[in-house]
Amino acid sequence: MNMQRQTNNREAGAPEMRTLTPAVDILEDEGGITVKADLPGVARNDLTIRVDGDTLTVEGAMSLGEAPNLGAVYAEVRLAHFRRSFVLSRDLDTERIDAALKDGVLTLSVPKLEKAKPRRVAVRPE
Amino acid sequence: MYASLTLPGDLAGEFELLQRQMDQLFGHGASPSSIRASQRGAFPPINMGTSPEAVEIYAFAPGVDIEKVDVSVEKGLLTIAGERNTALPEDSDKVSVFAAERFDGAFRRVVSLPDDADPTRVEARYRDGILRIVVPKRESSKPRRIEVKQSR
Repeated sequence: MNMQRQTNNREAGAPEMRTLTPAVDILEDEGGITVKADLPGVARNDLTIRVDGDTLTVEGAMSLGEAPNLGAVYAEVRLAHFRRSFVLSRDLDTERIDAALKDGVLTLSVPKLEKAKPRRVAVRPE
Repeated sequence: MYASLTLPGDLAGEFELLQRQMDQLFGHGASPSSIRASQRGAFPPINMGTSPEAVEIYAFAPGVDIEKVDVSVEKGLLTIAGERNTALPEDSDKVSVFAAERFDGAFRRVVSLPDDADPTRVEARYRDGILRIVVPKRESSKPRRIEVKQSR
């Protein structure tokens, strides 16, 4: 299994935007990979999940709903966009990714391709 | 708390992880800070802002059972305490854990409110993982224009 973070390929002409890297938990079981990402303040409409070849990219815009005349006093979170990419290994089925967002936590399930699941091989009696 | 470098792709993520680990090893560093300031990487991260009407505190706490979070104000201190359970299983022969970056466990953050904040009218809302706490300012402390009369 080979799941690593991918270098973002910037689209030509697009400005480089500073983004927050969301914390993730990643686990693998027999069925596939599950990724949970912390995306506070991101609503479904502001979340983009893209698969480009074998790269999965999660992007989200944070909305605080703050009053327009609010002046900052103290900020531990200074950016309002999240982005993180992952390279998916070939045994994963990128067409059947399931994504759910609840209370700012994105849960992605990427199942393994059927042929990549562990299988027992029957031995023919000779 | 979060990476905010312009390094391409997730090199920023790598550095952020390294930074977090270094912070945990070496603590806060030599410079003095607020007596209640917590270590970098505290959960949940907090932003605070003011307007003429109120003080607003945002706690970035996704995936928290909000029923179990305790928000209280005492003597000008706002405390946000609770617990997050990420339900991350242990490594076994059925499950491999490749990343466990999300905070798991009990948390407690304390911020001091300015004197003109009115603790009896605090409102808190939890949406999309952000806990937004609004503390209106006391009426008497709001800016008031004083008209100057010309005396002859």
